[in-house]
Amino acid sequence: MQPLNLLVTICLIYVIGLFTVAYIAERGAAEGKLKFLRSPVVYTLSLSVYCTAWTFYGAVGSAARNGLEFVAIYLGPTLVFMGWWWLLRKLIRIGRTQRITSIADLISSRYGKSNTLAVIVTLMAVIGTTPYIALQLQSLTLSFAAFTADSGQTPSPAVTAFWVAVGLAVFTIVFGTRNLDANERHHGVVTAIAVEAVVKLVALLSVGIFVVWGVADGPNDIFARMDPELIKGGQIFTPRWVTLMFLSSTAIICLPRMFQVVVVENAQEKHLATASWAFPLYLFLMSLFVLPIAIAGQSVLPPGSNPDLFVMTVPLAQEQTGLAALAFLGGFSSATSMVIVAAIALSTMMSNHIVLPLWLTLNKARNPQSDDVRTLLLRARRISIGGILALGYFYYQLTGGTDALASIGLIAFLGVAQVMPALLGGIFWQGATRKAAIAGITSGFALWAYTLFLPSFGGAFILSQSLIDNGPLGLSILRPYGLLGLQIDDPLVHAVSWSIGVNTLVFITVSLLTTPRPIERRQSVQFVNVFGRFSPRSGQSHSAEPEELLVLAQRILGRDVAIKLFNKTAAEQGKARGLPDPTDNFMEKLERDFAGSVGAATAHAMLGQITGGAALSVEDMIAVADETAEIMEYSARLKTQSEELTKTAEQLRAANLKLTELSEQKDTFLSQVSHELRTPMTSIRAFSEILRDSDQLEPDKLKHFSSVIHTESIRLTRLLDDILDLSFMENGQIKLNLEDIALDKLITRAVITSEARLREGETKLNHHDDCKEITLHTDPDRLAQVLINLISNAAKYCDAANPEITINCRRNANQVEIDVSDNGSGIAKSDINLIFQKFSKLSGDFSSGSAGLGLPISREIMRNLNGSLTYIPAEKGALFRIILPV
Amino acid sequence: MAGTVLLIEDEPHIVEALSFLLEREGWTVVAHSNGADAAERAVQLQPKVIILDVMLPNKSGIEILTEIRSNAATKDKPVLMLTAKGQARDRAAAQEAGVSVFMTKPFSNQAIIDTVRELAQ
Repeated sequence: MQPLNLLVTICLIYVIGLFTVAYIAERGAAEGKLKFLRSPVVYTLSLSVYCTAWTFYGAVGSAARNGLEFVAIYLGPTLVFMGWWWLLRKLIRIGRTQRITSIADLISSRYGKSNTLAVIVTLMAVIGTTPYIALQLQSLTLSFAAFTADSGQTPSPAVTAFWVAVGLAVFTIVFGTRNLDANERHHGVVTAIAVEAVVKLVALLSVGIFVVWGVADGPNDIFARMDPELIKGGQIFTPRWVTLMFLSSTAIICLPRMFQVVVVENAQEKHLATASWAFPLYLFLMSLFVLPIAIAGQSVLPPGSNPDLFVMTVPLAQEQTGLAALAFLGGFSSATSMVIVAAIALSTMMSNHIVLPLWLTLNKARNPQSDDVRTLLLRARRISIGGILALGYFYYQLTGGTDALASIGLIAFLGVAQVMPALLGGIFWQGATRKAAIAGITSGFALWAYTLFLPSFGGAFILSQSLIDNGPLGLSILRPYGLLGLQIDDPLVHAVSWSIGVNTLVFITVSLLTTPRPIERRQSVQFVNVFGRFSPRSGQSHSAEPEELLVLAQRILGRDVAIKLFNKTAAEQGKARGLPDPTDNFMEKLERDFAGSVGAATAHAMLGQITGGAALSVEDMIAVADETAEIMEYSARLKTQSEELTKTAEQLRAANLKLTELSEQKDTFLSQVSHELRTPMTSIRAFSEILRDSDQLEPDKLKHFSSVIHTESIRLTRLLDDILDLSFMENGQIKLNLEDIALDKLITRAVITSEARLREGETKLNHHDDCKEITLHTDPDRLAQVLINLISNAAKYCDAANPEITINCRRNANQVEIDVSDNGSGIAKSDINLIFQKFSKLSGDFSSGSAGLGLPISREIMRNLNGSLTYIPAEKGALFRIILPV
Repeated sequence: MAGTVLLIEDEPHIVEALSFLLEREGWTVVAHSNGADAAERAVQLQPKVIILDVMLPNKSGIEILTEIRSNAATKDKPVLMLTAKGQARDRAAAQEAGVSVFMTKPFSNQAIIDTVRELAQ
């Protein structure tokens, strides 16, 4: 197999292996299994992200060039872990109680949750980390090239770097942004990093053992081959050496990726105890063979070989391809683990401190839904990771292969070290203020950029070469490498002195001059006294006032429930009266009870506020927003349901009312029908009984009684007909026989039919000619029935001395009007509303034979003929108007 | 033992039938068809028995009965009430107002004659 193919295959298999490890660990963590994965060993191994490809390859290179200088890089962290573990423990404790998600979050949270500070630190971290990622890409590209140099198959460095960057981005996105864990822990990733730590250690040790006992004849032989120039007296404890130790010590805390593994991913505080000796041991083992490999490289390989690649090129030169491949994997592991953790840490900062606040500001008008926030954060993280790797790649393209890149590691260290004064001041000094932190960090960062970062491009970026040499505008006093005439030959030492010095000075001075805001003061107490009585979970008693708790509990649980709970607890605590002490048990019970009402996160946050413990973090807010959204949605649903219920109830009430009304109408109707039928029947029965029981009746009486029975029988029949007729019409069951008919003919017919009645009342009828020549398409019989009813009503009720009935016709554009009027006194105002009602008998109507159905029937007929019948109040007499469509 | 019967009824044929029946039994029948002043008429007339229809123009039989019962001059007069509705509701209202006997139309002639006689005693 060609070396290139072999290498690519090895890498792919290795990456798939990592994927599997990460996946299994993630699953195991989710199911609560695989507890050993959260052991102190895994924690210690994960810290090895400190050893990047730069350390893996570069330490040997550094040793080959500068002898023991590299030791400082290992010594700094060793000192911190062995001597300053209490500082780390404090950071971890703060991280846990304050739910810290990144170094930017820590600084921002300490200084009153200042987002300005968070943004500054985030930007600094991005600027400081990007070259570092580029460095990893370069290391990988170089090692790739070295491995495949002989085969003539070397792919272009840019292509290698590109695909490596893409691969890393994918891996990081897949395992770094699977979910939004409130504490930002990534079990899968951490486990994969631990595996990589083992791979790099084994690789370096293997190469070392091979060099000492394979290439040389043991340690003595190796050191005998050493160039005496390599280790000179006075190399250690020089200003540069001390500076390097200082930088590597700060890096172990301030580098975003180190903060991530040391503080954020820490599962248990006690893991630190193991790490405080195990991590220095790891570093010791990593550095053990650095010098021998450097010596061997110098003696075995031709002069001019790149010492940065000795770890791989020495075995290659000895035809040990397998070992070289292992070394390559070690370097690959170093680079990938660094990039993955750095990208996760940076993406967390960018999404939490830049994207989310920006989005919240832009969407102020809209009520943000927690789902939106969740999706937004995940998307922001994924894009950030892609963006960070893209930045690293472009930086690599820009500076690829130059010395500028090789020295960038230390430059980046110093960049992020600017956070140190604010961080240390923040956790040890309550007087430190937000303004001081901003001023210190910004001034230190500016000086760092001016005296080290920008000049490192050698005039290619912003600062020109002449400016670097002679100072801006020729003012040599402002030269980046000799600010204010300070004569320090080593630019790194010069930059550290200036930036850290000024940073610290500004920080202390401004702190003394400014007053912290209340929220800063509160946070400062919680940070500085994290082990004190303000810790929410430590100690037997909480700082919360029982009265405050009771008020809160009443608000959330309801008055009676809260008082009952407090009394019960007081009794359990052996108190005869008064409020219970806020013990751990009680606080936990309260939080659980609250959680049932307002959700776990809100409950925690509320109690946290009262006890003066945890402050609200972004994750808390998301969780609270989540719950609030759920509750709001639930209550909105309830509201909708209750509105619907109200509406339904309203409809039911209306329907019920209508039914009751209809039922009453029906009762009234039946009662009226009963009355109307029983009245003629009463007469019939009474007279027929008289006829039956009377033996001797005068003939004229007999005849009269018989005729009464006859009349009442007819009345009864007509009544039944009317009722049936009306009932049919009201149900729309009337059958109409429509035909064309001349109106005056129809009126004449009605008048002739009513003649008997007219003659009886000696009523005169005026039928005008204007009804001629109007032809209607209607049911003649029904219309005649209406006319007859109106005429006979008029004849019956007209109270004029010389009663007269007048019929007038008018034709309009689309309708015909027929007025039937008389010259009587008309209908009393109070009765107008009654006349069209069934069985209505008007006051003063004593005549028999009228059931009060004539007008209702007439109106129903007109309705069925698509016309209308109305009473028109006239000046004199009654006026009924028929309207028919033409 | 004959006396006066006040017949408050608006149906002419029923008035005619009842008058014929009761007069044949020796009663003096005074018919009155308007509800408005029926109670007054009873006070003036002081009849032995009052026959009262429920459905009357201007004033219902129940109202007239209440007036009769609230007037000291007529409060003990026996009242025979006739109704064509025959509903339980009317019967209850009549009982409440203090009716003596309640009968439904159509009625048996003999029942009317017997009832009036009993009420008069």
